[in-house]
Amino acid sequence: MRPFQYARPESLEQASQLTGNADTMALAGGTNLIDLMKLQVETPQELIDINRLTMGEIADTDDGGLRIGALATNTATAAHDRVRQDYEVLARAILAGATQQLRNKATTGGNLCQRTRCYYFTNIDQPCNKRDPGSGCGAIEGIARLHGVLGTSPHCIATYPGDMAVAMAALDATVEIAGTGDRARSVPVRDFHRLPGDTPEKDNVLEPGEIITGVILPAPVSGRQIYRKVRERSSYAFALVSVAAIVDMDEGRIARADLAFGGLAHKPWHDPRLSELLVGEEPSAAVFDRAADLLLEDAQGYGENDFKIPLARRALAATLADATGVEL
Amino acid sequence: MEQDKPARDCDLDGMKQGVLGKPLSRSEGLAKVTGTAPYAAEYHVDNCLEGVLVTAPFTRGTITGIDKDACLAMDGVVAVIDDSRMTARPAQGTADEAPVQQPQQVCYWGQPIALVVAETFEQARDAAKHLKITFEADELDEIPLDPQEAETENNQSTRQGDLAQAMNDASHSVDGRITTAGHASAAMEPHAAIAQWDGSTLTVHASLQMLNYNISELADSLDMEEENIRLVSRYVGGGFGSKLGISEETVAASIAAIALERPVRVVMSRQQVFQCIMRRSETTQRLRLATDDKGDLTGFGHQALVSNLPGEEFAEPVLQSSDFLYAGENRVLELDVARIHQMTAGSVRAPGEAVGMPALEVAMDMLAQESGVDPVELRLRNIPESHPVEGTPYSSRKLAECLKQGAEAFGWEAGPRKPRHTRDGEWWIGTGMASAARVHNISEAKARVTLKPDGTAMVETDMTDIGTGTYTILGQIAAEMLGLPREKVLVELGDTQFPRGSGSGGSWGASSVGSAVYVACTGLRKTLGERAGVSEDELRLKDGKLADGTSVTDLLNGGDLSEEGHYEPGDIDDDFVAAGYGAYFAQVRVNRFTGETRVERMTGAFGFGRVLNEKTARSQCQGGMVWSIGAALTEALHFDPRDGHLVNCDLAEYHVPVNRDVPDLEVIMVEERDPAASPIQAKGIGELGMCGGAAAIANAIFDASGARVMDFPMTPDRVLAAMPAS
Repeated sequence: MRPFQYARPESLEQASQLTGNADTMALAGGTNLIDLMKLQVETPQELIDINRLTMGEIADTDDGGLRIGALATNTATAAHDRVRQDYEVLARAILAGATQQLRNKATTGGNLCQRTRCYYFTNIDQPCNKRDPGSGCGAIEGIARLHGVLGTSPHCIATYPGDMAVAMAALDATVEIAGTGDRARSVPVRDFHRLPGDTPEKDNVLEPGEIITGVILPAPVSGRQIYRKVRERSSYAFALVSVAAIVDMDEGRIARADLAFGGLAHKPWHDPRLSELLVGEEPSAAVFDRAADLLLEDAQGYGENDFKIPLARRALAATLADATGVEL
Repeated sequence: MEQDKPARDCDLDGMKQGVLGKPLSRSEGLAKVTGTAPYAAEYHVDNCLEGVLVTAPFTRGTITGIDKDACLAMDGVVAVIDDSRMTARPAQGTADEAPVQQPQQVCYWGQPIALVVAETFEQARDAAKHLKITFEADELDEIPLDPQEAETENNQSTRQGDLAQAMNDASHSVDGRITTAGHASAAMEPHAAIAQWDGSTLTVHASLQMLNYNISELADSLDMEEENIRLVSRYVGGGFGSKLGISEETVAASIAAIALERPVRVVMSRQQVFQCIMRRSETTQRLRLATDDKGDLTGFGHQALVSNLPGEEFAEPVLQSSDFLYAGENRVLELDVARIHQMTAGSVRAPGEAVGMPALEVAMDMLAQESGVDPVELRLRNIPESHPVEGTPYSSRKLAECLKQGAEAFGWEAGPRKPRHTRDGEWWIGTGMASAARVHNISEAKARVTLKPDGTAMVETDMTDIGTGTYTILGQIAAEMLGLPREKVLVELGDTQFPRGSGSGGSWGASSVGSAVYVACTGLRKTLGERAGVSEDELRLKDGKLADGTSVTDLLNGGDLSEEGHYEPGDIDDDFVAAGYGAYFAQVRVNRFTGETRVERMTGAFGFGRVLNEKTARSQCQGGMVWSIGAALTEALHFDPRDGHLVNCDLAEYHVPVNRDVPDLEVIMVEERDPAASPIQAKGIGELGMCGGAAAIANAIFDASGARVMDFPMTPDRVLAAMPAS
């Protein structure tokens, strides 16, 4: 850990101004950032502790949705009555992540901003274009077990590691962002994280001085909500593949299929074509196969993670079978 | 005493106190769970400096320069130490001499090369990251990293008869290639040391398993006399082999404390513990088994390739129990070591059997399937009368009892396996079993036992308690022999000021030091008998009194009565094959879509001689079974194929089982006394719980899903790849 300045602003305005400086980072739960600072993967000169800001509220929105404050802990969100009733996929995704102790500290905004667990990113004696642009990617020809098969680039094959945001992508939630002055904006969760391209150092669309203030969940929709996380051990492991699904049926046909995937890409993966393909169809193994074909048509493995492609296919089929009541 | 013949009559059985074997809680348990038992790094030492190790960012080569000045200019930095006596590797267990030194010669990625010392830990950690080194690194394509392609040396070879012919002639046979991944000990407490130098004596608080060896390893490393060194290791937060020998932090802290004339603490980061302590070697094994038409083994072949750094004597002893477990007169047992430049390979809990037994027991399951013999029956049929090559008799052996009692408790359905017989929604459900075997090790040990005029007794030895219950059981042995309530016996361990114990490792601590305590108590009883005027046989001690009501303290004449017990294994080792045995039964669920496997229930039946404490022994069995689950399903070290560095070097990415992975574990301890094993008729139980258990799970995966996975750990991708199309 490098020596750093520490500030604890009392207002969002002040926090936003402070985080606009170069080499400045916001500190919320710290479950990821502090670890990375110890390893000198992150070396902020100034840490802006935003925990004093009142952004922990979870409240109904006027249109029947739910607003989750950026500082609401993962534990509080997963335990919230309305989240459990109306957004089950989100509660399940959060509870599938990390450990109870980590969820007690981790926040909504921090979870969205957590960084990849790529082994090469966290080892400063190895090359990594995300940590040290231009140094190369250690993973592409190295140990790529955790890595992406969709939307990768020759510069980076890291994955977004979280679960919460995968459910939020399926729910089509929106990230509320405050900037300096009154430059507030909203970004769909589906667009919040980026693909690596040739600037893998940027995980998401946040600009300097911008702070996540909350996440808006739209009014609940009908249908089964499922979060399936495939992993080696049954807790405290990142997803090999995960599927968040909201699926509704109408007279034996699929009426809604909002799907997002974790463990496959640099962002929670949402492909709008899947919904177009599935809606109106009678569920069957053949239909699920076509959906998987579409999802994975551009998938590329890197040796160690080749298994993710058939695993994603099977996880999708199992999830859709579960949601639609089809026996496979 | 030296043991040359079986201890048929053990005095422990005639004692009256009735405390031995009882399920007492650990005597230090409360201190540990309340945070008042200090671990190595937790001692408060005034004026203590903090040291952080710097590690090499390349695989093989030479450090040509270290720019100390820039580092020394940083806030709080006191010294940069690159003394050539610092160690480049940890010492192997029982090495008794310095490990490889001269850290300027780098042999593996992440090797410690220097120590940065500062006033605070944060300053030292930051400065260590900033230390500029120059080096000449060998080209990566010149460095052997792949065991399959590296040069190998033969480490062990046993041949008898003609295995190839036996395979040809067999009614049923199996020829399989099975691999196991490297493992880490992953102890909770990281390696740590605080060294203090008073001008003549070096005192080091460290986290170590074998002070009796560690003191000579440290003395040899520093070129000092043992008399001038005191090692203290009262509480150890898990060892599992990783703290058998001294490691880089202890030597570096010692050198720094002497050079700077101030106390120095060095604590390894989690990543450093993973990257520079000890790995269990990966293995590639070939199993060849041949039977006649009844299922009796006629041929037994077990060959293994393991790896280690050049110059290391240790080779994962994969074939250790294959040597004697099953019959088969035509035999090939061969162990080869590939020389590669990855971190040091050494002992991780149950070296050898931890990976050899799972492979053998998967092959036995394949043979059962092939021959149509029930897996339990196949094992029972092939328990040899005497050692299959040497003809040596076995000492007490409870393998058959464990197989039978375990099968009954588990509700084993005998008969050939028919995979995919039971389905519950997405999950296939199946059962599997395996034998357990682990060689019996025992070592020289000393312990002093003192009766005090206040009615208490004290046991002193430099033996360690690495979380296994040593404090408790040594107190129970002394209490039983001396007729005292357990709470009247104070046990002091982990300090080289006390007589040399055996150290904790190879499951030998309880039987070795337990025997030394027993010998000391026998001496005390002799003196007490003489003073009381009764023969030793008639000396019935209970609650501090003789049978006639005389208080033992009355026999002490107001002073201490002390005896040092010295146990030596003697020649009995040559006369018997001694080992612990057992059987595992597991039920698993395998997800037919994702290949995820979850263990639903598991039974282990074990025979390991006298049970000294029913509770701590059970905990050891359970701990071993948890490790079996990890070895079966999740634990694997991943090394970069290009530079050999360990990539998953923390507890988030090296997957030991979590609570949800571990169901209720049923443990059956089969009543046994083994007079050939030790004077107290006890064997070891620290490792037996994971000597084959992974195979019970692997075999259950096959029974559940039809996937015969040949590579451990059996992660979802591997299970899916092996799963037949439905």
